[in-house]
Amino acid sequence: MVTESVPHPDGVTDPSHRGVGRDLIGRLQAICGPEHVITHTHDLHAYRSDGLLYYATVPAVAVLPSSTAETQAVVRACHEARVPWVARGAGSGLSGGALPLANGVLLVLTRMNRILEVDLDNHRVVVEPGVANLAVSDAVGPGFFYPPDPSSQTVCSIGGNIAENSGGAHCFKYGFTTNYVLALEVVLPNGELVHLGGRGEADFPGYDLLGAFVGSEGTLGVATRVTLRVIPVPEHTKTLVAFFDGVIAAAAATSAIVAAGLTPAAIEMMDALAISASEQMAHAGWPSAAGAALLVELDGTQADCEAGFRELEDLCRASGSTEIRVASSAAERAVFWKMRKAAFPAAGRISGRYYVQDGVIPRTRLPEVLAKVEELATAYGLKVANVFHAGDGNLHPMVCYRDENEAERAAELASLILQACLDAGGSITGEHGVGVDKKAYMPRMFSEPDLAAFQKLRCAFDPDGLANPGKVMPTPRLCGEVPGPNRVHPLEAAGLAERF
Amino acid sequence: MAELLAAGGTVRPVGGRTKIDWGAQGLEPDRELSTSALNSVVAHNYGDLTAILEAGLRLSDAQSVFASRGQRLALDVPDEHCEATIGGIVATGDSGPLRHRYGAVRDLILGVRVALPDGTVARAGSNVIKNVAGYDLAKLMCGALGTLGVVTEVTMRLHPLPSRTVTMVARGDDLVRLTASARALARSPLQFDALDLRWDGANGGGCVLAQAAGHVPGEIALTAAALAREGGLDADVLEDDGDIWNEQRARQRAADGGAVLRVSALPTSLEKVLATAASGVARAGIGLAWLRVAAEPEVVRRIREELAPAPCVLLDAPAALRAAVDAWGVSGPAVELARRVKQRFDPGAVCNPGRYVGGI
Repeated sequence: MVTESVPHPDGVTDPSHRGVGRDLIGRLQAICGPEHVITHTHDLHAYRSDGLLYYATVPAVAVLPSSTAETQAVVRACHEARVPWVARGAGSGLSGGALPLANGVLLVLTRMNRILEVDLDNHRVVVEPGVANLAVSDAVGPGFFYPPDPSSQTVCSIGGNIAENSGGAHCFKYGFTTNYVLALEVVLPNGELVHLGGRGEADFPGYDLLGAFVGSEGTLGVATRVTLRVIPVPEHTKTLVAFFDGVIAAAAATSAIVAAGLTPAAIEMMDALAISASEQMAHAGWPSAAGAALLVELDGTQADCEAGFRELEDLCRASGSTEIRVASSAAERAVFWKMRKAAFPAAGRISGRYYVQDGVIPRTRLPEVLAKVEELATAYGLKVANVFHAGDGNLHPMVCYRDENEAERAAELASLILQACLDAGGSITGEHGVGVDKKAYMPRMFSEPDLAAFQKLRCAFDPDGLANPGKVMPTPRLCGEVPGPNRVHPLEAAGLAERF
Repeated sequence: MAELLAAGGTVRPVGGRTKIDWGAQGLEPDRELSTSALNSVVAHNYGDLTAILEAGLRLSDAQSVFASRGQRLALDVPDEHCEATIGGIVATGDSGPLRHRYGAVRDLILGVRVALPDGTVARAGSNVIKNVAGYDLAKLMCGALGTLGVVTEVTMRLHPLPSRTVTMVARGDDLVRLTASARALARSPLQFDALDLRWDGANGGGCVLAQAAGHVPGEIALTAAALAREGGLDADVLEDDGDIWNEQRARQRAADGGAVLRVSALPTSLEKVLATAASGVARAGIGLAWLRVAAEPEVVRRIREELAPAPCVLLDAPAALRAAVDAWGVSGPAVELARRVKQRFDPGAVCNPGRYVGGI
């Protein structure tokens, strides 16, 4: 992992914004208590990066509110002082979405970590944004669980999951964060408090602003209270790992499984490099000669699971699997998953440094794109370990490099891999977000009218550009006034309608 | 389409006209913009379980294409005469019983192409099943009733078409038992495709319906039946379940001269919700109900009062009723925020003026 820091690419983007002054710090101290307002540079260093250490900026001040009222007061104070701010949860994001502003306020939500309500008859929980992802499932278990499960689920916060619309290993069957957020209490950048999605009723009348807010990377406001849907734990879960000569064969097996109409809870792939790296940490005793491993999990009722599992094994064999191991116990299943989840830290062990890419392709294009990745890696003389959500077509190539001399080449290779995803009709990010890291790629995926439409939404929520400026959009944009009427409409003239 | 929008004058986007009067009465637009010429399946990427569809395409036509590959779009809106279009379903956010398992149109939409009032055409989302780049304007268009622009094309996620489904039907004339049984089924780990309630008043009685798919739908339905019997209901298992679900969907639309209120409640409130009307259906696990009511303003007001703060939206209704009561019945800060969104996308208020929440 790169530890050198680079300054925030464009810092404060709006000439009307002001820096953090003594007055504002005084107000923040009055709101949250002086002990929850961090001003010493040494202490602020802890917040200079999120999970993407490549970018680092020490914020002018960090403030840790403990309630909706305090958060609202902080945001209102920032609005009045015209000081931009960035919200941060656990800081485990991988796109620099929570990168602070040197002249701004960092709003740290870790103290808002209470589970407020568990209502299993209505399949929901109400939590504060600082609650860790896994704590939600813990609160509703053993009968229920919260399906979105990012790899960082023991630490990542629900607020951060909402900002990024986080996925995880089980989204192929169960969907993403956005499919599980029923309602949000949000502080808008002007300090107003709104409830999106009512109290969590389905089809709450009005625009789906809840859907627009989830995945907006902290640019539309800050969620202070979250209503999540939880679902019953399936009766039975069965997991296998199938080994193949290479990733191409494993990709073909993935397509065959999906084409057969099976909907596994997870289909995860690891290539030879990822397997050997993980083996050093998880010690699963997987065959060292395997070119690829496909981890597939079915769940449902026991009878349904068993029937599907027979079909699954047949499909893996027919696609050329050299060996299939079925987890015979919960412990063995845990070892399978440990192999998968150890891949990222293990890559650090084998190469010292690595850059995790996050790109998406149509699943049917897996073989050709994986071949392209291999070709690029060879041309660049760098190792690329592949471990990814095969069912979703969500690639996470880890570009390994040794030192600073190779960093630039690694970044270039990662960029070309992303271009290969786009060329295949995919996306520049499946779950890590755009943040600062990928905003330069946005014009490769979206045209100017697309970006202009995004900006319309952003300006409706944050006309002053105070919430997480400099993220998501490729170039700084100002909102300007609400576009005025360019003509008097006949309905207005007739007194039948008014403009809003 | 974008040029037509930018040409001036107010417009009403029109698909199959099956829900043409939904929303507030609004004002007569200068003209209608029909999506009927945009009626093709742009791509059915069956290997990826996705499809790119033009807005004017009929859902039923799309389903035939998908079925030929053993797939479906898991949206089973009421569509008795096979006239509902993809664009109309997106605009109204309508849904059917499969919503229990697969979510609403907003959960199945992956990408959108929309003609905006400023004369541009914008795209959001992607053609792949997982994407977080850019704002999710596709969801924003779902249920927006064409008030932000005209959706011209969407990318949807598809699902395998089950080879066989079996439905458990548990009948009873006690609403308390029916709703309690539905709750117990919703909490079970049985993973139904659909889980519904039907209620025809104390004299007509009602039922709980649970549809199972997968490898062993019969076993799942039998387990469900046993659970329902424990709850004091008369339970059967139906192999041939097409008609009973058609009837369930049909009951989301008004009977002759009547009206339909869609109630957004919580699952535990459904007993109270269904008790307010002579006839209704509900998604038991979601808390969404469609009540068939008399087309009288005082009936709508009474139900809204009894069920407050649960929103009760007037869907089908005679014009006189629509003129007499607000079809939406909500207000507050979120409506004001919606107004700001409208201002940014459609500052001249040319798209379906006056039809939406808060007079948008």
